[in-house]
This record gives sequence, C-alpha cells and structure tokens, in this order.
Amino acid sequence: MSLDPTLDALSARPEGFWNGRGMRRFRRHKLAVFGAITILLMTLACVVGPWLLPYSDTFIDIRQRFAAPFGGPHVLGTDPLGRDVLARLLMAGRISLAVGFCAMVLSMGIGIMVGLAAGFYEGFIGAALMRFVDAMLCFPSIFLLLAISALISPSVPSIVLLIAMTSWMEVARVVEAQIRSLRTREFAQAAVAMGSSNLRIMVRELLPNAIAPIVVAATLNVAHAILAESYISFLGYGIQPPTPSWGNMLENAQSYLTSAPWLAIIPGAAITLAVTSFNFVGDGLRDALDPRMDQP
Amino acid sequence: MSSFLLQRLMQALLLLLIVSMIGFAILHLAPGGPMSQFAAGGDMTQADLDRIAEQLGLNRPLPVQYAEWLWRMLSGDWGVSYRDQQPVLHIIAGHLGPTLELMLTSTLLAMLIGAWIGIIGAVKRYSIFDSMATIGTMIALSIPTFWFGLVVIYVFSVGLGWLPSGNRFTIGDGSFLNRLHHLVGPCIVLALVSTAVWSRYMRSSMLDVINQDFVRTARAKGVPERRILMTHVLRNALLPMITITGLHVPSLLSGALVTETVFTWPGMGRLFLDSISYRDYPVVMGILMFTAVMVLLGSLLADLLYGVADPRIARSGR
Repeated sequence: MSLDPTLDALSARPEGFWNGRGMRRFRRHKLAVFGAITILLMTLACVVGPWLLPYSDTFIDIRQRFAAPFGGPHVLGTDPLGRDVLARLLMAGRISLAVGFCAMVLSMGIGIMVGLAAGFYEGFIGAALMRFVDAMLCFPSIFLLLAISALISPSVPSIVLLIAMTSWMEVARVVEAQIRSLRTREFAQAAVAMGSSNLRIMVRELLPNAIAPIVVAATLNVAHAILAESYISFLGYGIQPPTPSWGNMLENAQSYLTSAPWLAIIPGAAITLAVTSFNFVGDGLRDALDPRMDQP
Repeated sequence: MSSFLLQRLMQALLLLLIVSMIGFAILHLAPGGPMSQFAAGGDMTQADLDRIAEQLGLNRPLPVQYAEWLWRMLSGDWGVSYRDQQPVLHIIAGHLGPTLELMLTSTLLAMLIGAWIGIIGAVKRYSIFDSMATIGTMIALSIPTFWFGLVVIYVFSVGLGWLPSGNRFTIGDGSFLNRLHHLVGPCIVLALVSTAVWSRYMRSSMLDVINQDFVRTARAKGVPERRILMTHVLRNALLPMITITGLHVPSLLSGALVTETVFTWPGMGRLFLDSISYRDYPVVMGILMFTAVMVLLGSLLADLLYGVADPRIARSGR
C-alpha cells in the first residue's frame, strides 16, 4: 500500500498479536472495538440464546397474538401467530449471520481468483476480466439479485450463492490493483528469476502481501451480504418462511405498522446494529492495517 | 478534448456490449431459459413446445440468437409484456417519470445536506460535530432503506400524521402541493444513503484541497478565510463530486426500487417487482438492461462533465 517499500518491510517485522502495532491501532479505534464486541455478543446470543428461552421460535400461541413488548412473559412481544419475537429474532439471526458469512467467503473466493488472474496476466486476459467486472457493476445490485432470484428456487444455499455471485466484483477490483502493483516489486521479480511457477508466484508471493486490503474488503463484504439478504427477503424473494431471517421477519410488518409497530422496529434494529458493527470493524481494520496511519 | 471524448465513448460502447452479453446469458442460462414459461403451463405437448421454439427462433445456435436479440434491442424492439401485450419500452417509459422525479429530488436534497455536513466536518476537523457526522454517516450507510422507510412512515404518518403513507398523489387531487406533500417521505428515505455518501466524499475532498499550496498562498496573501473556503477550496473540492454523483447511480436505482415498494410509488422499481411476481420476463429483462444503460450513461456523463468543468483533464487525455 505505501509508496516506500522499506516502510512495508519494517512493519512486517514479527510482533505479538495483542501488543502488535496493528492491534494497538485497532484498539485506539473505539468504534471498531465497539463493533467487534457487538458482533461477538450478537453471535453468542444467536447461537446460545434459543436454548435458554422458554419459547421456541415455531411455537404458535393463538391466545397471545400481538402481545406488546416489555409487558408480559414475551420480552419482545409476539407476532400475528402468537410466536415469540425474541425467539424468532435469535433464530433469524443465526440464518442472517450465517448467510452473510458464507456469502462473504464465497464472494471473496471468486473475487480473489478473478482479481489475482486479472492483476497477474496483464494484457488481454487481464483487460477482458476487468471489463467483465465493470460490466457486472453496471447492473444495480438489487435489480440483478431480484432478476436472478426469480429464476431459481429459493433456499438458504441458493440465496448464499446468489449474493456471492453479485458481490464479488469490488473484491476483484481491490485484489487486481494490489497484485498489479506488487508484481513489479523486487521480491516478485526475484521469484520469477528463480523459476517459480506462475501459480506459486501468485499464491505464495503476491497474495500474502495483499492480505491487508483483502481482510478489510472481507469485513465490509459481510455487512453488504447481510444487507443484501435482508433486502431480497423483505421483498419476498430471499429466505422463505417458515425459516426466519431478519429480512423476512419484516416482510409483512408494514401491514401491522399501526397495530403492532414492534414487528417492524425490532428486526430492522437488529439488521442495522449488525451491519453498522461490521462496517465499523472494517473501518478500524483499514486504519489498523495501513502502516501510513502509524503516526503518534 | 475530442480524443478523450472518443476514447471514453468507445469504452462505454464496449462495456454496453459486455453488459448485453451478461443480460442475454442470464436470460438463457436460467433453468428452462425463455421456454420455461411455456413449459410451466403443463398443458402443452413436446410438439407444441418445439413449434413455439421454432417460431421464436429459440432452437437456433446461441450466437445467432444473441445477434438477433441484440439487433432487436438496438432497433428499439424490446419485446412485449406477457401481462398486457404492450411493448416493453413503452411500459418502461410510462414508469420512468416517477422514478426520475424521486431520484432527482433526493439527489438534490442529498447534495445540499451532504455537502454542508462534509464542508463543516472538514473545516472543523476532529470537532464534536465532525465525529458525530462520521458516526452518523456510517450508521446511515448501514440502515436498510426499507426499514428506514417503515420508521419514517411510523413516525410521520402513523404517529404524527404529517405525511401521507404512500402513493404519488391523492386520487382526485393531482395538484402540485399534493404531489409535493407525497414526495417528502420517499425523498427523505432515498436521500439518506446519498447524503451519507456525499458528506463522506465532500469531507475528504475538502481536506485534500485545504492542504494544497495554492490555498497556503492565498492565506499568506491575506485573503479572508471565508473567501478562501468559498472560492479557492470549495470550487476545487466540488470537482471530484461530479464523478461521485455519476458513480452513485446504481445504488440510487437500487434504493429507488426499495423506496418505491415501501411508499407504493408507481415507478420503475415497483414495475420491476410486479413483473417478477407475474413472471413477466420480457419486462424484467427490459428493466434490467435499461438500468444498466442508465448506470453507463451516468458514469459517461459524469466523465464528460468533469472534462468540461476541469479542462486540465480533457487536455491531458487521461
């Protein structure tokens, strides 16, 4: 990233994880720490929470329909079928967070491969790949997501695949720019001179040196994937009921806005909190992993 | 100027060609392809299906089909809707107005507020206002647009009763004030993300310019601080914003789709969703291609305007 190669070499000196410079910079970023803690707590709550609650997310209690939050046994109220909103929120969190994470892994995989190839093979292959990336970015993401989702049968894996297929382009751009500039550096040319294979140069020499922006992109990608899932599920083409997700909990909430506003407020707040946290962490990582930010 | 313009136009045309290939691929690589709607009915024999494929030219080699499809698209024949047999372009044109109205007004709103936040943030760097604005923009970028729409409806329509909860105007009352009243809610909702984007880039663009030599020279000459900001810094800092606005078209279109759904706004986004639920593929594909062209035009226009606003770019040929 930095203009001066020696600076990178200095910052690459082995350091402990917690007292390393990057970690110090990350901890200085209070919002990023807040985000990281929030993500941990949310994940923990979604994984463990459903076992601790007295209600299951599928338990229908017709007598308790539309119970308001904070007033009775149901802490966050109940939905039109009398299901406990908190239980559903936590189960939905499992799905939404898992979809976000899996879609991130997949789209990072595609983006890194395309970016690596495009950055390494300059000339026709690189140009063709990057023009393909540009063209994919011409489609507004929700239009593309919806157009394809209408053609496939919706299930959790297919939604993950769909989100990954439409969100790898930014990653490819980041990786391509990195690889292209790293390629001309001495260590890469030394590897060429030693007769390393192209694949080895790409994966063992260039990719590890581009890891910082990739980590940042991955974090922001989770935020993007959670948002994308919530959009298409809200519009009815994502995760299908009875499987709950934060997006599809909001699907019919608009019709109950007057009588049961908590049905709309609560899942949306959960999405906002999760996405904001991932964005804050991504921002903090960007500062932490950039050596130029290390001014006292 | 002309070589820059020509180069940029060629790039856009090449991109348009690739965009059309992707569009065609989505249409054909989907399970069943364009024939799936006929097969789904279940009351047709294989012979019937073959005959339809023959009539529509769907049994010819894919490159030939692509060439024909592209030619039809270029000559303005985008097919007819399955729903009401109207030409697709005609239907899109009918829904474009409300969407553009929403996009333009919210962009204007976002520019004014976002630029203001960004300028104050850059001038009073690290102040309380600046850090609040930084946190605020990050949250604004993370809020799902549809949820923000629901919150706006809940607070201003259900709670306070100030704003209508949807539609473009009250039926039987199409006056300007009535339309304006209906526009406020969706406009604010759609402007949220754009405002965040504008204030972020405006701030960093201002900071870039503030540290440059000509600003220091102006200070050394004793030009009043206010004048430095308004003429020297702001004018230069606004230049990159042309590009930002051009690149923001795709997310603006996505936002418009969601906003239109929440506020039952009769625009292109609503039409797109309706067409998807009717499995009206010609309209779905038409709108998808149309939005891609809008995105391309947005970035092309931004580049050309930048060339006009900053002659250095055009002359150097970038």
